[in-house]
Amino acid sequence: MSTDIKIAQAPPGVEGQGWFATQLDKTIGLARANSIWPLPFATSCCGIEFMATMGSNYDLARFGSERMSFSPRQADLLIVAGTIAKKMGPVLKQVYLQMAEPRWVLSVGACACSGGIFDTYSVLQGIDQVIPVDVYVPGCPPRPEQIIDGIMKIQELVRNEPLRRRNSPQYTALLSSYGIQ
Amino acid sequence: MGLITNEFLLERIKQEFGDAIRVADFPYGMLTLVIEPSRIVDILRWLHEDSILKMRFLTDICGSHYPDLIDHELCVVYHVHSLENNLRLRIKAFIPVTNPEIPSATAVYSSANWMERETYDFYGVIFTGHPNLKRILNVDEMDYFPLRKEYPLEDATRTDKEDHYFGR
Repeated sequence: MSTDIKIAQAPPGVEGQGWFATQLDKTIGLARANSIWPLPFATSCCGIEFMATMGSNYDLARFGSERMSFSPRQADLLIVAGTIAKKMGPVLKQVYLQMAEPRWVLSVGACACSGGIFDTYSVLQGIDQVIPVDVYVPGCPPRPEQIIDGIMKIQELVRNEPLRRRNSPQYTALLSSYGIQ
Repeated sequence: MGLITNEFLLERIKQEFGDAIRVADFPYGMLTLVIEPSRIVDILRWLHEDSILKMRFLTDICGSHYPDLIDHELCVVYHVHSLENNLRLRIKAFIPVTNPEIPSATAVYSSANWMERETYDFYGVIFTGHPNLKRILNVDEMDYFPLRKEYPLEDATRTDKEDHYFGR
C-alpha cells in the first residue's frame, strides 16, 4: 500500500526474528524529538508568526508539536517569541525554573535574541541574560519557515542528546552561571 | 447655556489666582498656563469646585525635562477637562531639578495617584503628600530616572551592536 505519510526511522540496531536491539539513548531521543511539547511565551509580533506556524498552512503538528503546553510543568520546549522587558525577565526565569528537566529553549526573533531595535533602558538585551538558550531564530519577525527550521534544529539536539548530559558538571556549571541551583 | 471661551476661562482664573499665573498662552487653541508650583493644588481644587467651569476630569499628568532652563529644569504638565462645558485647560509648573518637589494632586483627584507615580518613575519629581510614591512601570531596582535628558536613550558604551557586525 503506497502512502506519503512519513514515519520516523528507527535508530540503527541489530535485528532478528521478534527482537531488535539498539542504544537506549537513541530510542529515548527518537521518542522525545518527535513529541516535543512547546510552551509559547509570546509577547509581541513574533508571537503572531508563531501562531501562523501552528496554523494549518505551516502546521507544526507535523513535527509532533501540536500539543501546546500552557503549564510549564508539562512542557519540554520554551519558545520565547517577542520583546522581553526587564520587568518581565524574572517572570520568564520563573517559568523556566518551573519546567521539568530535560528542557530546551528556542529564542524566536531579534528582540528575544538580542533586544532587537529596542536598545533602551526598559528592554532586556537578549533572553540569554536570564536563561540558557539552545537555538536562536533571527528575524524581525522571522517567517514561519524560519521558526520551523529552529524547531527542527531543536529536534536535532533532542535526538542526539546523551542521557547523562543533564547530570554533567558542564551542564551544572551552565545553570549555575545563571544562578540556578 | 453659552459656550465658555478661552478668554472667559482665563479671565475667571485670573480673578482668583492672578498672582499665581506667570504666563498665559493659547498654543493650538488651548489655554496653557504656567503657574507657581506651590499653588497647583489650590488651583486644581478651585477649578474642580467652581460652579461655572466644573473642570472635573483629570486627563493627564506628565513631566518633561529642559536641561537648559536653569532652576526650571523639570516641568510637570496637568491637563484638566470640563466634560460639561467641552473645555480643556493645560497647566504647567516648572521646578528646579535640584529640589524637584511639588504638592501632590491626589487630594483632589484620586486618578492622579498612578499618573504622579509614572512622572516620579521617569523624571524623579517628588509629589509631596502622595500616599504611595514608588516606581510604577520600571523595575524597582532602577537607580536613575530614564527620561531625564542626561541619560542617552541608547547605551553609548556598548560594543556588541556596532555597525561592522551587521555589514554596514
